[in-house]
Amino acid sequence: MPCSTSFDSDALNELLPIYYNRLFPYKQYYNWLNYGGVPKTYFSYREFSFNLADDIYLRYQSFKDQEEMEREIKKHKPHKIDIGAVFNFRPKDHRSVSVFTPMEKELVFDIDMTDYDEVRTCCSGADICSKCWKFMTVAIKILDAALREDFGYQHLLWVYSGRRGVHCWVCDAKARSLSQSSRSAVAEYLQLIRGGDSVAKKVNLQQKLHPSIERALYIAKSYFENLMLVDQEILSTPDQWKKVLALIPDPTLRESLENVMPQCVNSQQRWNTIELGITKATSKGEYKKGFSPHLVAEIILQLVYPRLDINVTKGLNHLLKSPFCIHPKTGCVCVCFDPLKADEFDPMNVPNLSHLMEEISQYDANTKEVNSGVPEYEKTSMKTSVAVFEAFLKGLNKENAGRRRDESDQKRDF
Amino acid sequence: MEFGGRRVRRNRRVEVEMSYPSSLQFYSTPPSGNVSLMEFDEMAVERLKILRTIERLNLSGQIKNSEEWVNKLYDDFSKNKYFIVKTEKISDDKRDEVEAARRQDHISHFIMRLVYCRTEELRRWFISNETDLFRARFQHIAKSKPEQITKFMAQNNLNFTPITNEELNSERENLIKGTHYIAGGDMLEGRTFFKVLFTEALELVKSRKVFLKGGFAYVPDTDLVTLVATSFRAHLSQALAFTNRALPQLDDDERLFKLLQDFDKRYTGNDYSEKKKGQHHVITPDMIDHIATKSFPPCMRQLNDVLRTTHHLKHGGRLTYGLFLKAAGLSLEDALHFWRSHFTKNMELDKFERQYAYGVRYNYGKEGKRTDYTPYSCLKIIMMSIGPGDAHGCPFKHCDTPVLKQRLMAYGIPTQALSEIMDLVSKSHYQIACQRYWEATHNATLETGINHPNQFFEESQKYISGTVPPSQGKATQHLVKGTRAVVYSSQSSHYSSGTSTQSTEDNTQAFSNTKRTELDASDAFDDDDDSALLASYVDTPES
Repeated sequence: MPCSTSFDSDALNELLPIYYNRLFPYKQYYNWLNYGGVPKTYFSYREFSFNLADDIYLRYQSFKDQEEMEREIKKHKPHKIDIGAVFNFRPKDHRSVSVFTPMEKELVFDIDMTDYDEVRTCCSGADICSKCWKFMTVAIKILDAALREDFGYQHLLWVYSGRRGVHCWVCDAKARSLSQSSRSAVAEYLQLIRGGDSVAKKVNLQQKLHPSIERALYIAKSYFENLMLVDQEILSTPDQWKKVLALIPDPTLRESLENVMPQCVNSQQRWNTIELGITKATSKGEYKKGFSPHLVAEIILQLVYPRLDINVTKGLNHLLKSPFCIHPKTGCVCVCFDPLKADEFDPMNVPNLSHLMEEISQYDANTKEVNSGVPEYEKTSMKTSVAVFEAFLKGLNKENAGRRRDESDQKRDF
Repeated sequence: MEFGGRRVRRNRRVEVEMSYPSSLQFYSTPPSGNVSLMEFDEMAVERLKILRTIERLNLSGQIKNSEEWVNKLYDDFSKNKYFIVKTEKISDDKRDEVEAARRQDHISHFIMRLVYCRTEELRRWFISNETDLFRARFQHIAKSKPEQITKFMAQNNLNFTPITNEELNSERENLIKGTHYIAGGDMLEGRTFFKVLFTEALELVKSRKVFLKGGFAYVPDTDLVTLVATSFRAHLSQALAFTNRALPQLDDDERLFKLLQDFDKRYTGNDYSEKKKGQHHVITPDMIDHIATKSFPPCMRQLNDVLRTTHHLKHGGRLTYGLFLKAAGLSLEDALHFWRSHFTKNMELDKFERQYAYGVRYNYGKEGKRTDYTPYSCLKIIMMSIGPGDAHGCPFKHCDTPVLKQRLMAYGIPTQALSEIMDLVSKSHYQIACQRYWEATHNATLETGINHPNQFFEESQKYISGTVPPSQGKATQHLVKGTRAVVYSSQSSHYSSGTSTQSTEDNTQAFSNTKRTELDASDAFDDDDDSALLASYVDTPES
């Protein structure tokens, strides 16, 4: 069932209790956010916030352990769970201390399909389809590579946001302790598309291509034809090609290309013409001045490079929707997925609440044994996502164990 | 007198002969000893003048940290006989003099910390200019007496290990491509690269000026100064937060308190954070559309237009416009009413109350951190990063030329003025372009220049209500003086008797933060981050 169809709020109220009672992977969830208990207070100083029915919003929730968390979640049956920072004190008691300030948080990224409205032709706003989802696939590939190769992070948790976007949680200890200015720097480093609605050309590259941009461009190019020309047909109407041609700063070239556009039969042909025109012009001496040697690359990147909401990344205190909660509008589970298999991830095929309920009853009907000890999510299509989560935790636990050793070593020193 | 909250017994005269082995300092320990009030004041004023010099130079379009920039600063330093020059002398017969200059450097820095630790805005200004001063001195000494740098680095435990030749060769391609200042392969010869955690070279990382691998930045020796300056900045940022916390202890010394308080008032001026006494501007929602066309600067008019047509603004726009309206005299109740009336055309009232009313109250210091936020200045608006869908920012900078031209034409700017404005824009004189816009829309001259949207608005209101004809510059003088970014106030008063052409030239000089804006936008973001960083250090008053 596609996630973009709207979900009945009555059904939500009815099914959420079942989800939280039977399916939510508390154990793994706690295991993640506890980070091996280094330091011991890490989990209990973490802020959670709940959106409840009737738009009640509870901030500064915190739990001392898995048990309490489980109890509170089951009690409140939140429509949405957000995860905040780890503070210097228990968030639920924040009023009792004079200095209450965020200390650590995962480095997070938020990519939202609505930011692609100016480059996609198939949908707009909150809607998505399999055609425009490829923008996300490109974004995931580029971002994942940069975070791993340039910044050396290993523990990346990629999560579907339940409707029209993805989140990335960078969970390495080094990433969690980044200062606000470091987060800013990472965000700026990864941001290429700059400028508001009143600027046409939003990507401007320097003479020399930075290795990081080169890699992004390589990925972008490998998707470009399929995504932009075949699926999106970005050059199929005069309005559309005018928008792309507006990115060429030189008026002579722009006009001459605009004149030949109607003679081409489809987007591919038009793009080839544009590309050829630009390459010819850049190789000619007279165009050199004020003409970027990377114009083609700049256009490609402006069309497909990830559009990050960098304010989310910059803020240490920014709340972000938790993995495995339910998107209240679609009823879809915010599942995690393997970035290496980003191409295969299909948001139209993400389990939603009613779907899950059917799966459980079907499984139970087919199996005679009651209380087989199989976790309930194993009976459903959530299985694959939980497996991804567990694989991620396996890597993380290794890091946690290392840090625990270091900590006890340090203690012995004193 | 004690600094940084460290208690020293007051009666004992501590006349320790401080020894300053290097002319550069990290200012990690506060000075001790006695200073007369007079000396205290003089030292502070001299350092302030130095920092002002830097600020002025940065605004004049000089490329920051370039050799020319350093030379110009030093020309100014020696012309005015500032202590900076003396600290760098190393001849034995003038030992005392050098020592005294270095001591003054030390003490004055700490006095300034007291003055500039109070608010976020002040801290940001201070950190940015002190770091620039440090950089300039570092670069100057590195050129004339490199051995001093080595000594200084060793003393302050600043150790950066160069990469091996092997690594240099294996990463050769990437280093050439990834390092900003290297043009070709041959430039790599004889160069040292330092491999540091990327968090130690943020300034270089954020603008993609260095090659990054596995969390390490490969910084060329030419950028060593950036590494050291980053460390300096971080130190200072943290120290200021601590000073601010310790400051209340100082309040019992009334003489100092007055002096510091006064200092603050004398030199930082109006940031429109609080309403001045006797300020009678009050605006109500029904007036906004009308005065927007008459008195709002283009940046705010643009926001109002977008809000009026789409009934929505993204976060940055809501913040910019909301704070502007607050300072323009819109009360909280009216603000809620105003935003509600627009937003509810698109959404349920309920959704507005839930998601957006908070933001409006936040701007007025009624939610969250409960700070009464300061409206954004031109500099801040110009430096803001604008993403897709955003309507805020400085139209003169953030609009494509044809869009801007079209819009100004729609605003009814006469052709003559329009071409002048477009010309200024192409030279990146955004604030002067805005001034020309004011003049064209009011048919009068404005000698004070534009450095704050609220100033634009107030000047306009004053002109319209006829209290002050701005063409008679004298009367508006107090406003100029009051505004921080206008260091030039002292300059423009020179010219105030002259013709208006002269004063425009003067402004051209002063306002052209042109190249700097382009090249060092990344630097400006830095300041932003500092404040965020600081905010996290500084105690938040509990509600």
